[in-house]
Amino acid sequence: MIYRESGQFKTSYQNDSVIFPIKQDRMFIFALLALAALVVPMFASEYMLSGILIPFLVLSLAALGLNILTGYAGLLSLGSAAFMAVGAFATYNFLVRVPGMPLLLALVLGGLCAAAVGILFGLPSLRIKGFYLAAATLAAQFFVEWVLTKFSWFTNHSASGVISSPPLEVFGIALDTPVSKYLFTLAVVVVLALAAKNLVRSSTGRAWMAVRDMDVAAEVIGIPILKTKLLAFAISSFYFGIAGALYAFILLGTVDAQAFDLHRSFQILFMIIIGGVGSILGSFLGAAFIVLLPIVLNLLGQLLHGIVSTQFLSNLEMMIFGGLIIFFLIVEPLGLAKMWQITKEKLRLWPFPH
Amino acid sequence: MEFQFFLEVLVGGLLAGVMYSLVALGFVLIYKASGVFNFAQGALVLFAALTFVGFQNMGLPFWAALIITLGVMVLMGIGIEKIVLRRLVNQPPISLFMATIGLSFFIEGLAQMVWGTEVHGLELGITDEPFEVGGVFISSFDLFAAGISGTLVAVLALFFQKTKLGRALRAVADDHQAALSVGIPLQHIWAIVWAVAGFVALVAGLLWGSRLGVQFALTLVVLKALPVLILGGFTSVPGAIVGGLIVGAGEKLAEVYLGPYLSGGIENWFAYVLALVFLMVRPEGLFGERHIERV
Repeated sequence: MIYRESGQFKTSYQNDSVIFPIKQDRMFIFALLALAALVVPMFASEYMLSGILIPFLVLSLAALGLNILTGYAGLLSLGSAAFMAVGAFATYNFLVRVPGMPLLLALVLGGLCAAAVGILFGLPSLRIKGFYLAAATLAAQFFVEWVLTKFSWFTNHSASGVISSPPLEVFGIALDTPVSKYLFTLAVVVVLALAAKNLVRSSTGRAWMAVRDMDVAAEVIGIPILKTKLLAFAISSFYFGIAGALYAFILLGTVDAQAFDLHRSFQILFMIIIGGVGSILGSFLGAAFIVLLPIVLNLLGQLLHGIVSTQFLSNLEMMIFGGLIIFFLIVEPLGLAKMWQITKEKLRLWPFPH
Repeated sequence: MEFQFFLEVLVGGLLAGVMYSLVALGFVLIYKASGVFNFAQGALVLFAALTFVGFQNMGLPFWAALIITLGVMVLMGIGIEKIVLRRLVNQPPISLFMATIGLSFFIEGLAQMVWGTEVHGLELGITDEPFEVGGVFISSFDLFAAGISGTLVAVLALFFQKTKLGRALRAVADDHQAALSVGIPLQHIWAIVWAVAGFVALVAGLLWGSRLGVQFALTLVVLKALPVLILGGFTSVPGAIVGGLIVGAGEKLAEVYLGPYLSGGIENWFAYVLALVFLMVRPEGLFGERHIERV
């Protein structure tokens, strides 16, 4: 009843090409944004902000990056965390070494550094495909981790190999409370998510999908394969870089290269699989799932506390995690985003059966 | 003297490489027979080694523990097929790959839940005394491990090329649907392959376990096996062996001759970069099947 698009006519080209074509969707998004930007900071507790919402936003951004690379361009990558590390360490160096460097500019430059490294490791993708490429991206993972740990220049010669965030401020406003950090992250994520949403329906996005579905055919119709693939690597690495910098400075504050290990890469891969490969919305749903699952399992664990040992619980957590991933793949291989889509289809008819 | 040192490093590397091949072999088996890139192989290695040590600690003799563990691994293979893979027939390879990552989490959790997380020693009764051949010291344990791996590879290569079952396996790897339509029982084939991969995991688990101690770190041997795999080609049993030799020797030589200039610790990534450079020249690995692409 409520969710129906009848009576919504598109009378101009501009109308036809808006991002959210259905009025209810637009209203929902605006309501959600208003809720996130205005209501949440007023009521959310500190734990809610820095324990759940900020990690969710930062990891969504990383998932978005991987979804561009894997979901849209079809290039499987296991080295996401490496590019996050590059972004974090580059941003750090810009902030520390260039006096008076504004945070936003440092973030963008850090993202660009990550993009450059992404292009470098994306070069083999022209010749290497599928799982060979996935295994090859592990080279980026281990190499970057090694470089950042071994050469103290990157950590500004810190003895422990740890980088700590300098005082952050944007347009004269200091980012020192959870609320300000949350709002800053939210703004960055919203801008980049909208950019991604637009990008994947532009000619670039269509070229990615063509290459994903069949690269030889794409080449035949005149899509430059190498350029398209490298662009996917560059843009997704840019997203990783920004996400990495936010992860390091907004979320943790202090970080070393080990925070961006293989485990993190897998975590991001899980997000897009559970959320939905090839879907912007899916990146957010997947990130929410992965952030909330350990918290829920932990709460359940506290109920069982005293009955079983913590070691038993952590192993049980691993088993549940693995089991859930398999369960999702079997029940809905296209992820939560697909489930949401099915729900929407059903809503259009609700409450009438036909 | 200089040359002798070089030889010693080389031989040590080659023998270590055979150990890598052993893990890579488990991957190749499953990839060849089902097109699944099985990330859970490392978890299987850990599970097999932990189970074996667990039964041995209960006081069972070596052979009894070995046979029971083998039985457990076979049951596990059948279970994986019944519960996971059967429901994922005809899904894209990336879904199957993700399912094996989930599986590896599950198996690692299960293994440690049942057998505990402490490090167990494992004694195979092989003395590890280095002996000298022409001035080069060779570890007898390494030689023994290499012998076992070599035999295993030879048997498996024959199995794939010569037997009816092996042909059926290759058919399934080529195309699930086509194999089903000519009457190959897909379910049985997958159960068999996973059981055999469990057996290979057991052998690898025993050899690696007695080298490193049976502990969680065993799952990391997967990461050592991956460059071997891309070097040799995902679909080739001999490729796994040759790739292992190249990676093992390359890694040790690089560590000794390049390491000092790069302040050490390069063994984590050297094999990957080596494989990457190699792939630029031959994208399907040394012995991998060449794909001809048509529109």
